[in-house]
Amino acid sequence: MTDATPRTLPRTDDNLLLAEAGEGTQVEFRGIVKDYGTTRVLHGLDIDIAPGEFISLLGPSGCGKTTALRVLAGLESATEGTVLLGGRDVSRVPTNKRDIGMVFQSYSLFPHLRVVDNVAFGLRRRGVGRADAARRSADALDLVGLGHLADRYPHQLSGGQQQRVALARALVTEPRVLLLDEPLSALDAKVRVQLRDEIRRIQLRLGITTVFVTHDQEEALAVSDRIAVMNAGRIDQIGTPEDLYLRPATPDVASFVGLSSIVPGRAVGATVEVWGTTLPVQGEPAVGDVEVFLRPENVRLVPEGPGAATTGTVQESTFLGSFRRTIVHGDDGTLVRVQHAAGERVEYGQRVGLAVAPDPVSVRASA
Amino acid sequence: MNRLGASAATRWIVGVLVGLFFLVPLVSTLLFTFSDNATGGFTLAHWAGLFDPAKASLYQPIWVGLGNSLILAVVTVAIVLFVLAPTMVLVNLRHPRLRPVFEFVVLLPISIPAIVLVVGLAPIYLQIGRMIGTGAWTLAFAYGVTVLPFAYRSIQASMDAVDMRTLSEAGRTLGAGWPTILLRVLAPNLRQGLLAASLISVAVVLGEFTIASLLNRQVFQTGILVVSKIDGYSSAMFTLLALVLVFLLLLVIGRVGRGRPGRTRS
Repeated sequence: MTDATPRTLPRTDDNLLLAEAGEGTQVEFRGIVKDYGTTRVLHGLDIDIAPGEFISLLGPSGCGKTTALRVLAGLESATEGTVLLGGRDVSRVPTNKRDIGMVFQSYSLFPHLRVVDNVAFGLRRRGVGRADAARRSADALDLVGLGHLADRYPHQLSGGQQQRVALARALVTEPRVLLLDEPLSALDAKVRVQLRDEIRRIQLRLGITTVFVTHDQEEALAVSDRIAVMNAGRIDQIGTPEDLYLRPATPDVASFVGLSSIVPGRAVGATVEVWGTTLPVQGEPAVGDVEVFLRPENVRLVPEGPGAATTGTVQESTFLGSFRRTIVHGDDGTLVRVQHAAGERVEYGQRVGLAVAPDPVSVRASA
Repeated sequence: MNRLGASAATRWIVGVLVGLFFLVPLVSTLLFTFSDNATGGFTLAHWAGLFDPAKASLYQPIWVGLGNSLILAVVTVAIVLFVLAPTMVLVNLRHPRLRPVFEFVVLLPISIPAIVLVVGLAPIYLQIGRMIGTGAWTLAFAYGVTVLPFAYRSIQASMDAVDMRTLSEAGRTLGAGWPTILLRVLAPNLRQGLLAASLISVAVVLGEFTIASLLNRQVFQTGILVVSKIDGYSSAMFTLLALVLVFLLLLVIGRVGRGRPGRTRS
């Protein structure tokens, strides 16, 4: 099943949820350590999240991103460190008193309740009367475009609709922070993109501080104010999508975010030489041995020979619709990502030459 | 034959033989309750006698026993719902590694003969008797143990069908405490299993004889035995009635097992 599009949001003055949109709450992780038995899954996590900010925890499975979110929710307790919500230490506050909203990866609607009763559940727990709760739930359902399905049961909805209802249910209580634990990963590609963009639109309108856990770099780049890239229980880099795109802090970030390649170069002030090609330096000038961030669209595949700046072997080539992305294992040991026309086919193990377009690049002094 | 499994003919033969095996004693008992000692013909006199005030004192042990058994059924069901079910939630959510051990312990009563159970229960009931008296309802502690394997299987089956972890976590993030989670989130979704466990517990309690008899308690089955020593017809009639009741219960359990939660009202 696919969900109907597009949707229009209800008028602000009619919708209680939008009318009461506030400033958002500051969230801080301070030195969070989490051990499972003898295994340490979080090594002293520090993140400051500004009020109303949309932050993504991005990383491969097992990197600790979901654990971090669950510690914030109070579903796991931290071995060391504190979590602050609005400046107050909530480490000892149980989940049900933290005033959070959460959307889970697996479908989490209560199967025995109608959609509207699912949404009203949190309001009823807060002592809101039946009629008032029903009205506010209807507003929340309108916000996610599902007002007309209020009387259905969860099993009558598609996966995307269920996650929309879960979002409405998490938002209706006007929590201080919205936690999203890979809410899109069970959905098919088209619905995933729709709902992703809609989550961001609603988040901006409500101004609610949001923590989004995902392993999908494209998702994170599309919606986040900032992204924390995690690896093996640590944060490798935290920054805006542009930062990650242009200046990955480590080869791990570069390879996981899957955009820039890091290659060695030699900088002379405002220019840098890579494989014999001179490129302008973007941002701070540098001198000496540097690491150069090459975006995949700056590199071309050429035949081996005089036209090639360097050579290498094709390691992987992925068809991505309008273009193809190929990873070349350079003869100097570097991994270079190349984005090229879909019609330009290469085979695994094929020898190729690489040429670099004379576009500005970011550099960083070699470690 | 080149197919796995029995052919239709074989299945019918086996079915008929097994059916006869169960049916012959039941039909014989039924015919017996209609037989007229004096003429050798059939009569409704014995069944009519059930409502004869003159025979009320004869049936007294059965009525007392039935009353006790019903109380025991209620207390046993309460033990299943308020002790076993929450413990299973705890084991499944908080201590999943204990599950194999828990399952083994809970299934033990099925492999221990009631007579062996009584040997261990006798001294315990001596203490229970001193502390809270020898009321018939105290047998429910023992019955709570004997119904464990049956109740456990039905409840675990519905727990396996529901993502209890996500549902309870969702409930907690929405502001619900554990009592609310148990009553408003988990119980409605485990309805089938809880109902089936309750019904099967009732069936087990109504049919239990050994433990009650050896501990000198009056229940339905011991009542039937007492009466059968005086009047064979009555005990046969009550046995048949009890069987009908249990059949009905099992039918209800079957119905409950087939329904799906949350889909009945839609």
